[in-house]
Amino acid sequence: MFILGILLGVAGAAAALYAYPAVDQQRESSIVLVAANGRNTESFHVTMPVDRIMVGAAGQKQTVPPGLEWPPDRVIRDIRVEAFKIRNARDTVVGIASRTVAEDDSGEIIDWVLHLPARGSMFVNMRPEALNGGYRRGELRAGSREFAPLSGFMTERWIPDTSGDADAPAGRIELVTNYVRRQETP
Amino acid sequence: MKYLIALFLGLSVGAAILVIALIYNPFNATAGLSPLSVSNSELITLSFSGVPSEAIMFTNDGESRLKPFPEKVQQLWEAPVRLSSMMVTAMRDARGGTAGIGIKFSSLSESTRLLQGEAMVDSAWYIYLPGRGSLFIEQTENHWQFVRDVMVPAYRSSANSWKGTWIGDLTAGPGALRTAAATGGAGSLQGLKMEAVESLLAQAYSLESGPVAAEGRLLIELPRNLQEFEGGSSGE
Repeated sequence: MFILGILLGVAGAAAALYAYPAVDQQRESSIVLVAANGRNTESFHVTMPVDRIMVGAAGQKQTVPPGLEWPPDRVIRDIRVEAFKIRNARDTVVGIASRTVAEDDSGEIIDWVLHLPARGSMFVNMRPEALNGGYRRGELRAGSREFAPLSGFMTERWIPDTSGDADAPAGRIELVTNYVRRQETP
Repeated sequence: MKYLIALFLGLSVGAAILVIALIYNPFNATAGLSPLSVSNSELITLSFSGVPSEAIMFTNDGESRLKPFPEKVQQLWEAPVRLSSMMVTAMRDARGGTAGIGIKFSSLSESTRLLQGEAMVDSAWYIYLPGRGSLFIEQTENHWQFVRDVMVPAYRSSANSWKGTWIGDLTAGPGALRTAAATGGAGSLQGLKMEAVESLLAQAYSLESGPVAAEGRLLIELPRNLQEFEGGSSGE
């Protein structure tokens, strides 16, 4: 019976490891709209300041989070890194993101990376100039997993809160992605 | 009754045998030399501290072995991000000077297959190097060797810690040669498609706080036909 138990134990543990996933990411249903031109549109937002994880820049008097120390090196003095939680259209946190702003010989660089654990990551390089309506638009340069075969663009816009409520957030950063699957070249 | 006890003991021993066989399975040996280690192309070599408390910022769900830093940073407690972490760190060049800023997003991967020696992590790097531009690296990492060679010995140690020298590549894909995919975003790197490998040198590990002495390294292989690339990249 002991030998039988050993065999069953090995088989049972192997079966359990095979059948049950070691990692099971929580998924939220994607809210994707199909635009008139056939592209997929998905909207995310960052509620400020509650979703702000970090503001990293040189010479800050009040740091977010408290205790953050930005390295004093001159090389990275002109870089500003912000980290956020990002929410979907249902106001549920679905991922994390970074927004990096830096000055280069070619001008201002604004890059977003959106990381959605159950789906993949997106890298968007924004154009520095703002468009009419306060939008800024950027190109989806690269992506991983679900976003790897996609091309398209993303817009960012700051929407201040106008409710007047005492406990209302300051506003939100609206991110709207617009993408389509890239044509495979034979 | 004695048969039931024998069966239960057998089940326990059987499960333990499987766990030991998985950990010490010789077929899950080190993957070998990284293809970028023998590359003739120009490489960008970047290093960073592998200890979360030496980063500018590190956050996760707050309940893991690795503690968020600074202490009051917002934690990733919501269910869709609970298995993820984010690190912002200074990147150093091959000479040890600050080269730029790196942001790493990591999530435990659903492609983890413990039976096959795969403890996978989906990760993405954003790196900004002043004077060069920005790049994005996406990869899957396999931490199985690290778990087997560093964490398991730490569990077995009466001091709940490990000391030694462990060097290994973490990158396991998506490239066919176990390389990560890198894309240039701005500056002189704009539009470049590159390959990269992340490796780790660990020298001390504690079960209480995670890595105590560790350094990560990113090797980024520039395209062969890149003539105009300037700066302190190291050809290795």
